[in-house]
Amino acid sequence: MCDQFSNDRLVEDAFALEITFPTMTEPSPETHASAREMRAKLDSGETTAREIALAHLQRIQKVENQTNAFLTVLGEEDVVTQADAADALIQSGNASALTGIPFLIKDNISTNGIRTTAASKILDGYIPPFDATVVDRLKDDGAIILGKGNLDEFAMGSSNENSAFGAVVNPWGKNRVPGGSSGGAAAAVAAGEAVIALGSDTGGSIRQPASLCGVVGFKPTYGTVSRYGLIAFGSSLDQIGPIARTVADCADTANTISGRDPLDSTSLDLEIDFTKFIDRDISDMRIGVPREYLVEGIEPGVRSAFEASLAVLEGLGAVIEETSLPLTDHALAVYYIIAPSEASANLSRFDGVKYGMSIEGEPNARESIEATRGSGFGPEVKRRILIGTYALSAGYYDAYYKKAQQVRTLIRREFQDAFQNFDALVTPTSPTVAFELGEKTQDPFQMYLSDVCTIPVNIAGLPGISVPCGLSDGLPVGLQIIAPQLGDQVAIQIAHAYEQSANWKLTPPEL
Amino acid sequence: MTSTEFEAVIGLETHVQLNTKSKMFSWSGAEYQQASPNMLVDPVSMALPGTLPVVNKRAVESAIAIGLALNCEIAEITKFDRKQYTYPDLMKGYQISQYDEPICTDGWLDLPTDEPRRVGINRVHMEEDVARLIHVDSPTGGVMHSLLDINRSGVPLMEIVTEPDMRTSKQVEAYITALQAIIRYLGVGTANMEEGSFRCDANISVRPIGSREFGEKVEVKNMNRVRAVCEAVEYEIKRQVAAIKRGERIEQETRGWMDGEKVTVTQRSKEDAHDYRYFPEPDIPPIHIGRDWVTKIKSGMPELPLAKKHRFMTDWGLSDYDASLLVDQRSSAEYFEKVMLSVADQSRNDQADFAKETANWLNGEMARMMHEADVRAMGETLVDPASLAVLVRKFQQREINNNSAKRVFAEMFENGADPEEVIQRMGLAAVGDVDELTPIIQEVLANNEAAVADYLSGKTTAIRFLMGQVMKATRGRADAQAVMGLLEHAMSDR
Repeated sequence: MCDQFSNDRLVEDAFALEITFPTMTEPSPETHASAREMRAKLDSGETTAREIALAHLQRIQKVENQTNAFLTVLGEEDVVTQADAADALIQSGNASALTGIPFLIKDNISTNGIRTTAASKILDGYIPPFDATVVDRLKDDGAIILGKGNLDEFAMGSSNENSAFGAVVNPWGKNRVPGGSSGGAAAAVAAGEAVIALGSDTGGSIRQPASLCGVVGFKPTYGTVSRYGLIAFGSSLDQIGPIARTVADCADTANTISGRDPLDSTSLDLEIDFTKFIDRDISDMRIGVPREYLVEGIEPGVRSAFEASLAVLEGLGAVIEETSLPLTDHALAVYYIIAPSEASANLSRFDGVKYGMSIEGEPNARESIEATRGSGFGPEVKRRILIGTYALSAGYYDAYYKKAQQVRTLIRREFQDAFQNFDALVTPTSPTVAFELGEKTQDPFQMYLSDVCTIPVNIAGLPGISVPCGLSDGLPVGLQIIAPQLGDQVAIQIAHAYEQSANWKLTPPEL
Repeated sequence: MTSTEFEAVIGLETHVQLNTKSKMFSWSGAEYQQASPNMLVDPVSMALPGTLPVVNKRAVESAIAIGLALNCEIAEITKFDRKQYTYPDLMKGYQISQYDEPICTDGWLDLPTDEPRRVGINRVHMEEDVARLIHVDSPTGGVMHSLLDINRSGVPLMEIVTEPDMRTSKQVEAYITALQAIIRYLGVGTANMEEGSFRCDANISVRPIGSREFGEKVEVKNMNRVRAVCEAVEYEIKRQVAAIKRGERIEQETRGWMDGEKVTVTQRSKEDAHDYRYFPEPDIPPIHIGRDWVTKIKSGMPELPLAKKHRFMTDWGLSDYDASLLVDQRSSAEYFEKVMLSVADQSRNDQADFAKETANWLNGEMARMMHEADVRAMGETLVDPASLAVLVRKFQQREINNNSAKRVFAEMFENGADPEEVIQRMGLAAVGDVDELTPIIQEVLANNEAAVADYLSGKTTAIRFLMGQVMKATRGRADAQAVMGLLEHAMSDR
């Protein structure tokens, strides 16, 4: 990609497109294969990075007005330049796993010279002069960046309806949400607009949309992937990870983007091979099912798909046992104090003074800042800034933030104790399948419950992966596998074994 | 009642800029004093979205060194916190600071005042500076717009907080001077109030003498010279005492010093105090400070000014005054030590005399010429310490008189000349030999009968004129003491 940026390389904001609804084209091998399948064809010379990239641009052109998954699509010239560089790498025998594989980058991850909005009006016109570390590493490997993915504003949401640039539509159903906040990422991978996407996960924002769109989403252990360049939401919870069609593609991507980054003090000084155990069988592995994840609010179809997946794991020789994590009930409350508290500080920098949107003509700086923030942030973002500001205020800090941190420590310990007995835990990723657009927008608490199964994993900083485990009423259900801290390889191993055995290969129907 | 029935209770909060190469949490240069606006900017110090702080190790080491110099306990684990407030010069909308686990706590600093006083150090913590706002006035009055210079954003700051242990502006001045000297000795900052690398806020309250309770304290800000701090403290004490005498209550508030008017004015009342909503900085894991690290820093620290002064006084018999002048700057103190080292073979008594004479030269002629030439550090002059020792000794042993010695020193200062070579070349060796001087004196006496007569008739001051004539005849080289004796002797024979 060019360091120089010009606006004419970009398509207009997705929400400004004239929306027409042509029929989605038949899934094609160029756009619906896994990265590993493409890798084989690229290395054998059966296809080229340029062909794959162009097929994706065509696919985007065809279906984007139905999905609204992208906020920015790079121009053909830019994409071809990247693809040709990838082809040169392949021809010289220097290809690695992701060389020539088309990516979508969630639009809260900074890209040098490409506008990065976090789906917020307040970042209108902001073009980062640097790449996030993960983007830098993808580029080093010769991956192709197609564009930037839609999301809930500042990653705050579970349905992608909080985007300032319009909701994303789930390819599995026109009136269904894709989940969130990485809704554009999950929808694009499901709809064949990108092979892999980088998302971010603060309370389930990779796993829940992956589940709702029938793809694989992996949130690695906190600290294994650099956050430098990720627009911060809840700094102690945020983690970048991949959304892809297969577990192996997720593991390959994690290998590329992980590792110590001197620009992120919280990044761990570890080299992890996420694919290390991928082909090992899981016989005699002990897998726990925490009963607290299967209580009220879980849809019958989700429950039966989940129970069927337990049978598959047992069939692979794993020992499945029910267990209890009583503190699970408190995780949501802890999350909705810690994440907004951190967010309230993280979002203070958006004041219109340095970059992005700025309301001018106010009599002084304070009023200009207030006006900019008042009109730049959407309602959910404002709600969370208010919650966080309140929780950190003098006189409330001990009752809210401090108490939440104490409970967080207890939740972490409860997981540690559980992992004394189990190699991994499994739960449904989301209590429901994709819900209808508008169904929960009037009730924030119902919306928050959508992440009830994924949030504890972030609270404890653990690795979690969601793999498709069937359909309920024609909509995908996801199985979440949770491993101990730095047990990412085990989560990948179990997810891969399940994926290979269940062999769902879910593809969205024609719209 | 008189004002002597009250005493002031004063504590200081000092912000010290560190002179690290890069900023506290990012890689752009920290030497903003010399840079053009917005040339020391990186994504982190500009708070671009997605950027993260990485702690400057050198800044932590500087903080530990300051803590050790102030006899503090160095934390084994220290963490950073976010201090939140909104202002256009604060890039992130929060300042990364330290709240409840500062790097250094519980220290003290002894003031070199006539009456010894120990000032407790409550804490030393690390934080970052903010950007600079430059307000452009409108021709029609008011501010037209404001410009932002981000260079200073993220420059490392140490905040040093004392206990309320000072009672007078004199102690405040002594504390500031002593702290500045420590910062400069450690080489961690320039500690210059005028250029803003050393800033002082004072917390002041008054109470009846004998009372153990504190009065309501007032924080005074906006002083940018040491003198201003003292003036503000004095003003504020008088104001509070006068108010109490009028039966008023002192309100807890923040006041600003108006340097032109020499008064303090209300800036912010207690009700308007900020709620900074501190919470632990999630982007920086707590820092573990191993004791071996502390030991290593300690072993690399120079001797500090107070210790040096005492050593100069006990080892070399310098007066408190001479020693204080010398240790004021590390470079001067070290220069003095080099001069003394080059004559280490002297006896103890000789050394004391020599030290006293050397101190006179350094605090006198050297200081004067450095000031004229605008040389800041004695170590940067061309005068070689061993050469200076040679000159001082020649002067002491009257091999060269005062005027000649000054001429030689001037040559040494200007071009680093060797004193013996200068004396030789300019023929400045003192003429003190009786055989050489006697004929000259006889001739002067013969040519100045009137003056001789004056002297003999009791006008003893006439001898000075005769001395001048001898000096003229010897082109200033004559040893004044020898000439005086010979003149007196010759005239007493008449």
